[in-house]
Amino acid sequence: MKTVEKPAQAGTLESGDILVVVAPATGAQDDIAIELQSLVMAQYGDAIRETIASTMRTQGVTRAVVQATDRGALDCTIRARVLTALARGGVGLEEGAISWNA
Amino acid sequence: MERLRSLLFMPGNNPAMLQAGGVFEADAVILDLEDAVAPREKDAARMLVRAALHTVDYGASRTVVRINTLDTFGHEDIRAIVPAGPQVILLPKVESAAAIHDAVAAMKAVERPGQEPVKLIALIETPCGLAEALAIARADKRVIALALGAEDYTASLGAQRTKVGTEIITARNLLVNAAAAAGIDALDTPFTDVNDEAGLTADTQLAKQLGFKGKLCINPRQIDTVHDVFNPSEAEINWARRVLAAIRQAEAEGTGVVALDGKMIDAPIVSRAQRTLALARLQNPQEVEA
Repeated sequence: MKTVEKPAQAGTLESGDILVVVAPATGAQDDIAIELQSLVMAQYGDAIRETIASTMRTQGVTRAVVQATDRGALDCTIRARVLTALARGGVGLEEGAISWNA
Repeated sequence: MERLRSLLFMPGNNPAMLQAGGVFEADAVILDLEDAVAPREKDAARMLVRAALHTVDYGASRTVVRINTLDTFGHEDIRAIVPAGPQVILLPKVESAAAIHDAVAAMKAVERPGQEPVKLIALIETPCGLAEALAIARADKRVIALALGAEDYTASLGAQRTKVGTEIITARNLLVNAAAAAGIDALDTPFTDVNDEAGLTADTQLAKQLGFKGKLCINPRQIDTVHDVFNPSEAEINWARRVLAAIRQAEAEGTGVVALDGKMIDAPIVSRAQRTLALARLQNPQEVEA
C-alpha cells in the first residue's frame, strides 16, 4: 500500500480538462474520499468518481483525500491527471499498473 | 507512399486539443511536449500525451510527438512516450548526427518487443544544425525527414524574420538539398500569421517550388491551403502522364534516349513524374488510373 506524502495537484479548469488535488488521508480515514464538482455530475458523477478511485487503487493507493473539479474531461484525461497528481504527491508510479482503457 | 503535406502542432498539455486532433485531417498531428508546454508542466503533458496515444483515434493522421532536447527533458520524454507507440518522434534543435544516434539508442532501449520502430524527424533550427544537415539526414535510417524551424534559426542569425522570407532562402535551399541527397523529405517552417491566408498560400507555393514536400502548421485553418498547394495540379498530372507514356513508348521501340517536347527525360524526371502520379492517386484514386 502506498500513501500520498504531500498535497499536490494536476490539470486545469479549461474545457475538456479536470483539476485534481490529492492530499494525505486524515486521521482514521481508511478510504479514498472524493469531493467532486462537475458540470455533468448528474450523468457522469459516479463514473468520474470510479475512474479516479480505480486509477488510485491500481497504483496501490487506498487512503487519500481528493478534490476534483471536472470540466468535461474524458476518462483518459482523468486518469492522466490523477496519475500526475499522485506522482507529484510523492507516490512512485508503477508503470506496469497503468491502464488507459480499463 | 505516405504523404506528409501538413503536420499540425497540438499543445501537449491541452486535453481538448489532443482529443480533437484527428478531425482536422492533417497528414500528421504533432503532439508537442516542447515549446507549447511550460517547464513545470512537462510531467503532466507527458502523461496526457501518453493517454492520448493510447486512446484517441487520430484517423489517417500519423502521430508525431515533439519531445524536448536530449539535454533537457528529452530522455524522460522518450522513456514515457516511445512505448506508447507514436509513429514518429520530432527531435528539436538537432545539431549533429550524434544527437540522432543518442536519440535512436534511447528509443531502441524502451521500444516494446514487436513494436514498429519509431521513426524520427530532425528539426533543424540553428546555424550549426543547418551546417550539419546532410550528416543528420544520413545518421540513421529511422530519419524520414528534415524540418526547418525558421524562427529560432533567424534569431540565431540576428536577422529579422519576414513574411517574404528572404532571410531564410539559403536555409531552405540547403535543407532541401541535404534531404534530397539523403533520399528523405524536407518539411518547411510554419507560416506564423494564421490570419493571412494569401500569405500562407504564397509561402507554401514557394516552399513547394524549392522542393519541400510538406509544411508544419500551427493552426487547423492552415491545413486545407497547404494541401491545395502540395496536391499536384492538373497540369502537373498531365505532364507526368506524358512523361511516363513517352518512357513506355521508348521501351516498346527499344530506343535508348527519350525526349518529351524537345527535353531529355532522365531518371530524376521519371522519378518526379511517378511521385506526382502517386500523389494524384492518393488524392483521387479513380481519376488518375491511366
